[in-house]
Parts: sequence; structure tokens; C-alpha cells
Amino acid sequence: MDMQQMTLAEIGHALASKQFSAVELTQNLLKRIKTLDPQLNSFISLTDDLALEQARAADVRRASGETGALLGAPIGHKDLFCTKGILTSCGSKILDGFKAPYDATVVEKLAAAGTVTLGKLNMDEFAMGSANESSHYGPVKNPWDLTRVPGGSSGGSAAAVAARLLPAATGTDTGGSIRQPAALTNLTGIKPTYGRVSRWGMVAYASSLDQAGPLARTAEDCALLLQAMAGFDSKDSTCIDQPLDDYLAALDKPLNGLRIGLPREYFGAGLDARIGEKVLAAVEELKKLGATVRDISLPNMQHAIPAYYVIAPAEASSNLSRFDGVRFGYRCENPVNLEDLYKRSRGEGFGAEVKRRIMVGTYALSAGYYDAYYIKAQQIRRLIKNDFVSAFKDVDLILGPTTPNPAWKLGEKNNDPVAQYLEDIYTITANLAGIPGLSMPAGFVEGLPVGVQLLAPYFQESRLLNVAHQYQQVTDWHQHAPAGF
Amino acid sequence: MALERTEVEKIAHLARLGLNEAEIPQTTVTLNNILGLIDAMQAVDTSGIEPLAHPLEATQRLRADQVTETNQRDAYQAIAPAVENGLYLVPKVIE
Repeated sequence: MDMQQMTLAEIGHALASKQFSAVELTQNLLKRIKTLDPQLNSFISLTDDLALEQARAADVRRASGETGALLGAPIGHKDLFCTKGILTSCGSKILDGFKAPYDATVVEKLAAAGTVTLGKLNMDEFAMGSANESSHYGPVKNPWDLTRVPGGSSGGSAAAVAARLLPAATGTDTGGSIRQPAALTNLTGIKPTYGRVSRWGMVAYASSLDQAGPLARTAEDCALLLQAMAGFDSKDSTCIDQPLDDYLAALDKPLNGLRIGLPREYFGAGLDARIGEKVLAAVEELKKLGATVRDISLPNMQHAIPAYYVIAPAEASSNLSRFDGVRFGYRCENPVNLEDLYKRSRGEGFGAEVKRRIMVGTYALSAGYYDAYYIKAQQIRRLIKNDFVSAFKDVDLILGPTTPNPAWKLGEKNNDPVAQYLEDIYTITANLAGIPGLSMPAGFVEGLPVGVQLLAPYFQESRLLNVAHQYQQVTDWHQHAPAGF
Repeated sequence: MALERTEVEKIAHLARLGLNEAEIPQTTVTLNNILGLIDAMQAVDTSGIEPLAHPLEATQRLRADQVTETNQRDAYQAIAPAVENGLYLVPKVIE
């Protein structure tokens, strides 16, 4: 089998049986990236030297008898995970040239497990976007159709994995930024429960919503990576100290008796009917595996977008105040005084969408508006959480489409932020409630991938991975590769 | 309730964001579109609902009052735009 087309699990077996070395695999993939990525623009940085050093170390560890599943596994990191001594740009001009002084916990944990970092991946600026068009480093193209967006904000991670430049990558999800690009590029991606994975060393966007997770081609690979990424970290004050499930062991559990809820709000107006059909076809497959299905309601779903676009910008306006041109990042030329330094460094360093969200957040938090916007949004947040809590009394899992539409054309929604915000309708409720969610491939509409989203109660990532894995044993949608890659 | 140009300028000032003269009209239109989307919230009855700040309603952990961080000034200042003698340089603040 061609090493470039292998999943992480297959690579682990091949390395263990000495079909090739981690160094050979790394050299091979770096070459492939250099040949093919100019079409996609999915990488911001390639880390050849680090990759070869890590690959050599992994080969040594294997030779000395170590057997970790991720020893020598090539991955890439979304460019908002701090990587010591390596550009960590967050897709922004304001961090152009910023070499992080330390590694994020996720980066550290994956490196300790033996992964090999091939590079840092393109993204929407500060993870604000659903199309990967707001990056200072240019838009990313969808390998399924180079005239279309790969989704965002983890668009570089998604495009690179979908194009088989890498078997897997890290991403982050504040309103759907792992699940939506996974859906638009035919990948499996999981956003864990809020607090399951450490946020330490992740450049913050909206701290009460941000979570890191993997994007890969199979649920099994997501399980392998999440096992290494997740867990308590005292450096993240919101990380939850709770034992970690054995995600790999959970994959094989039969689905007999699994109760799935289909929220009627996920199948209403706004959903491309062709996507709806694919989702229902996936439901039929799960029924054959022993699941039972019932209709449910999440009545406050429609209020999620307005609430999200208050809470996320409010937190962002506060988080992004640290970019002031003083301690790190971009500084304007010849500031006349301190206020000019702040204003021009930020005005010149941030892109249009980031400025919009900072301004919306500043307005929502300003004197006289705080109760009407921020408190109101937090009250709606509780209503949305309550909807899930009561739905999960009757069902084990909630299933629906990940996105209302397949990948759209580059530039199509660029000048209409509101139209782009509406694409997040099915994913943002999980961030507001803090529950885990997963997107998995479920077919194609005119050659473009369709994703099915699964949502589970708090800390039941193992259930999501289990169901997706069982589905992937009886379907082959996830094995389809884009032409030319 | 639509924002006027002067309010957009005030918000930009509060956020210490320098906007070009040319950006302001389009920014005003876009912000009003976004606020229009957000205003749909006002129709939701939230009386008696406690605001939710942390999805799991966890509170901040306490830790022992011990020094755990070592001094990394040199590493942190190596990435600063302007430093001198271990200090960050900014334009003169006090005349």
C-alpha cells in the first residue's frame, strides 16, 4: 500500500512491522507537500528540520522496543498552537514573525507520544471565519474543488488531510471550526467537551467556547489522537480534572439499543434537501446496526447564532486586547504617542473580520449595553444548554447535518459576514452548551462532501467515536479521495 | 437602533483600533447588519433565567501559594518589538 494514502492506524502497523521508517515516511510526505500544496495553500510553515529530528527520534524509540501507536506518526498543527521557536501566526499580520517562546500543552503531549510535526497549518485569522478566507496568508482551496472553500476556521488542517498531504492534524472549534471544515472536505473531526483538552498555549479567541481536537480520515485515527491530546492540565484553569476514557477500546462496542434523537429544527428551512437525504440515509445505516430513532426538539436552537455572535466577540474583544504592539507581534512605524502606537498597530495588524468582531464585542460590553447584550446572550446560552440536558434524558445521541450547504465558491460570501455566520447554525449550539460533537463523511452532493454531525452528553467522546467507527465499518464514504490527490 | 458614524468611531476608540477614513462607511453598514442579526435575541423571553458563563459551571481552582514560574524575561523580550536594558520601550508617556 502507498504510504501516502495510509491512515494513522495503518502507519502505526507499518512502522511496527518495519515496512518503512519514520524518517522515510517524513521525507516522502514533505516532498508531497512541496509538490501539491501550492494548489491548496494549506500550510503556513513547513518544519522540515524539526520533523526529521522527531522522525529520527521516533525510529530510535521503536528500535529500542517502544510500541506507542503514534510513534513516528506525521501530523500538522493549526497555526494557533504555540510551537517553541516556530512561527505561530494565528493567520494574522499582527503575529507575522511571532515565534512562540513555549509549546502548547497539546503540542507537548503529542510530541511526547512520538508524533512528527511536518508544519503549521493555515486558518482564518484568529479562528474567526467559516471559509478560511480571512487568513493574512491567503485563502485555502478545497481539494474536492479548487474553486471552493474548505470551510473554516481549521481550513488548512482540513484541506491538507483531505488531500493526503498528512494523515491527520490538530484543529480548534469555537463555533464549528473543526466539524464544519471536516464536513466540507470529507473528514472525521471531533470537538471534545469543554475542558477535556487543555487550552494552554492555544491563542485564545473566545475562552468559554474554544476547544482543541483532531481532524483525520477515520474515527479510529481521531480516537488515537484524542487519547494523546486530552486530559487534565493544571496550566489551564478551566480544564476539567476527570478520568480519561479508553477511546480505542470503546470503538468496537456494538450499537444495539443505541437511542438516537433527530431534532426537527435541524431538518427545517435552510437545509439543502440533498444534504437532508444523505443524513437520513446515514440514519438508516445506523438503524441496521441496531440503533433506534426518535424525533426530538431543541426549541432554542434558532437563538444560538445571535447569542453566539455576542458571547464570542465579547470574549474576543477582551482576549485580543493583549495585541498592542508593546510586548510581541506587529508594531506600526513611527508612533507619535502611546495611543497612536496602540491604534495603528492594531488597525494595521488586524484584518477586517477580526476588527468587526472586536468592535461588536466592545459595543456589547460597553456601558449601558451590557445587560441587553451580554447578559441576555448568557441567559439564552442557558436555555440552549437546558434543551440538550432535557433531550439527553430520552436519547443517547443527537444526529443531524453538520452544515446546511456543501462547500461554497471562494469569494461568494466574503463580503457578507451575516450570510457566513448563518452557515454555523448546526454547530454552534454544542460550543454554547459545552457538549462534544463529531462530524463524519456521509456521501456527496454533486461531487462535494456531506457531513453528518453527532452530539453526545458531556464527556461522552468515546460514544461519538464508537458510533462513527461502527458506521465507517459498513460504509466507505470516508475512503473516497479527491481526484488529483 | 442603527449605529451612526460617530458611534462607530467611539467604539473603535474604546477598542483602540485605528480605522482608515475610507473603512468607516462600510464598517458602519456591516456592524449594523451584524447588530440586526443579534437583535433577534431581544424577542426571547429570558425572565428568571440565570446567565450561564461556563458551560459546566465550574469555578476557578485554587492552588498552593508557591512560586512555580521561573524568570524567562530574556526569552519573552527576544520577541518584543523594542526593548532596552530589560525594559519594553514605548513612546514617552509623561512630558
